[in-house]
Amino acid sequence: MKIAIPAAIGVATLLAIPMMLQWERPPMDSAQQGFRGTGMVQIDNPRMVAVKKAANVAPEPSDQAETGGPKASEIYENVQVLGDLNEAQFTRLMLAITEWVSPEEGCNYCHNPENLAEDSVYTKVVARKMLQMTATINAQWQPHVAETGVTCYTCHRGQPVPANVWSINPGPKQAGGMAAKRNGQNLAAAEVGVTSLPYDPFSDLLTKAQSIRVSASTALPTGHVSPIQDSEKTYGLMMHFSQSMGVNCTFCHNTRNFADWSQSAPARVKAWHGIEMVNHVNKNYMDTLADVFPDNRKGPQGDVLKTNCATCHQGANKPLYGAQMLKDYMIELGAAKQ
Amino acid sequence: MEYQNIFTRVQLRGEPEMGVTAKDDAWGRDGTPFFSNLIGKIGNAQIGPIYLGWTGTMSLIFGIIAFEIIGLNMWASVNWDPVQFVRQLPWLALEPPLPEHGLKILPPMNEGGWWLLAGFFLTASILLWWVRMYSRARQLGLGMHIPAAFASAIWLYLVLGFIRPLLMGSWSEAVPFGIFPHLDWTAAFSLRYGNLFYNPFHMLSIAFLYGSALLFAMHGATILAVSHLGGERELEQITDRGTASERAALFWRWTMGFNATMESVHRWAWWFAVLTTLTGGIGILLTGTVVDNWYLWGMKHGIVPPYPDMWPGVADPAAQ
Repeated sequence: MKIAIPAAIGVATLLAIPMMLQWERPPMDSAQQGFRGTGMVQIDNPRMVAVKKAANVAPEPSDQAETGGPKASEIYENVQVLGDLNEAQFTRLMLAITEWVSPEEGCNYCHNPENLAEDSVYTKVVARKMLQMTATINAQWQPHVAETGVTCYTCHRGQPVPANVWSINPGPKQAGGMAAKRNGQNLAAAEVGVTSLPYDPFSDLLTKAQSIRVSASTALPTGHVSPIQDSEKTYGLMMHFSQSMGVNCTFCHNTRNFADWSQSAPARVKAWHGIEMVNHVNKNYMDTLADVFPDNRKGPQGDVLKTNCATCHQGANKPLYGAQMLKDYMIELGAAKQ
Repeated sequence: MEYQNIFTRVQLRGEPEMGVTAKDDAWGRDGTPFFSNLIGKIGNAQIGPIYLGWTGTMSLIFGIIAFEIIGLNMWASVNWDPVQFVRQLPWLALEPPLPEHGLKILPPMNEGGWWLLAGFFLTASILLWWVRMYSRARQLGLGMHIPAAFASAIWLYLVLGFIRPLLMGSWSEAVPFGIFPHLDWTAAFSLRYGNLFYNPFHMLSIAFLYGSALLFAMHGATILAVSHLGGERELEQITDRGTASERAALFWRWTMGFNATMESVHRWAWWFAVLTTLTGGIGILLTGTVVDNWYLWGMKHGIVPPYPDMWPGVADPAAQ
């Protein structure tokens, strides 16, 4: 008795200390979203949300450019996608891109100061492709981006390379030889929420349009084959979704059956279009720049850096918490030829 | 106050108890018995002698081989880095063969061969330990309750790692050896098969599992509560009810109208524990082999409650 209670308190304290390093203090905000009893509730730590909101602010737009006047394509040489803008709009967009993408490096990050029209700097070729991509996303992927759309800043946030990009991830070195392979999983992987799930679910699911659907559509076996490893891959991708958007599973799913659309929240439809969009972007924009990017802008396997949910979302369920940035640059970004 | 105890307060000391002479012990009992005050707090203070026998010895050897295969492959997976091995140990695993190897008995060592080998040695170790339990129980003239209960646990183990993969036609269906990886496997398994909570045998298994914990708490608390009246001498109280037994029985009869007896409560405990893994094994065995989606199966059989349509119009965009 004399030793038991202090000993029990001691053990409990020792166990509690490492746990508390991971804990967030109450109170939390919770918002019920689905039918009662289904656990479809979003739980947010208001202190963390405040930090995230402060880190996800859109920059102030510059003054609108005057309309009219000759087109940029008539004034400048080698204007391939922004030729329909007038000079004021063209200049406004160039300045905005500098602020959004290379504020420290300036114009020369993409341009040869001797000849601004020249395509000798690889970043200029990339920037052109990215303008086409932005125009395509805003015009064709409204089921995902809606009217809010995207600008360069949605991903770049003042950095030449967006903070959240990915490339084919072989993982750290293994012993090799006869030793068992990891099969691309079983490490504390930040990409998938520090679980042991496959740490590169992106290569298969965000470039090859491989289906993420694993569960059977009939009660009894009717020939649906899906090995458990595929479920783990999908699960890993979903952990990435959850982290990238700062939401839990029930933001989209009724967890009694993840696959059932009739019980899912509308956000799941958005997310579905998001997967399609990211696949499209990676395949038709990022991958096509393989010959343009230098080696130091590629992953360890020599593939280009690609997009996933975190590239835009960066912890917010709507990038920049839904800031309407595009509408101030609709003329400039909308005029780019896709 | 003296009896509001958590740890055992009475320890016997003296000549070590050598036990009954059992018939034809092949190996005899090894080791000189000694006493440990610390162990005496949670059990009998006397340690040893131990009976190893050839089954026990082989079981330990096979178990160590399996442990080494798993551990060394985990270490190899972080390129023999001792720091990463310790840091990431809970995440590391030895994976079963990839799906393309099916039921191949000898897949490449680095693509599941080690898993099969580890599985073989671990299974041999467990089965030999079972034989040892059986033979010790026979030797002491006990009933078969302990080996039978252990067999129930082995059943679940074999279903997960051997019988179900055989029926599914692929070793890749089996569980990886690893701390977090086997838990991630479990979650992915439920997701793959449309939510295991709608599997009736899974339901039964959970009921027996939680029931076991409840029964254990009720029984343990009851006996400790009457230990100052001699309640821990349960077997004597079965045939010769003393006040401890009377009061314990009365307590439950008062509070819930029914009470187990000093003897029957152990049958409750045994059945609940045995049925946990027995029903669990059946549930796993049916998954993927007989039922491919437990949620849809539950819909078919009216066990899924309907909810109001919260978001009319949300439909599979791929089907449009």
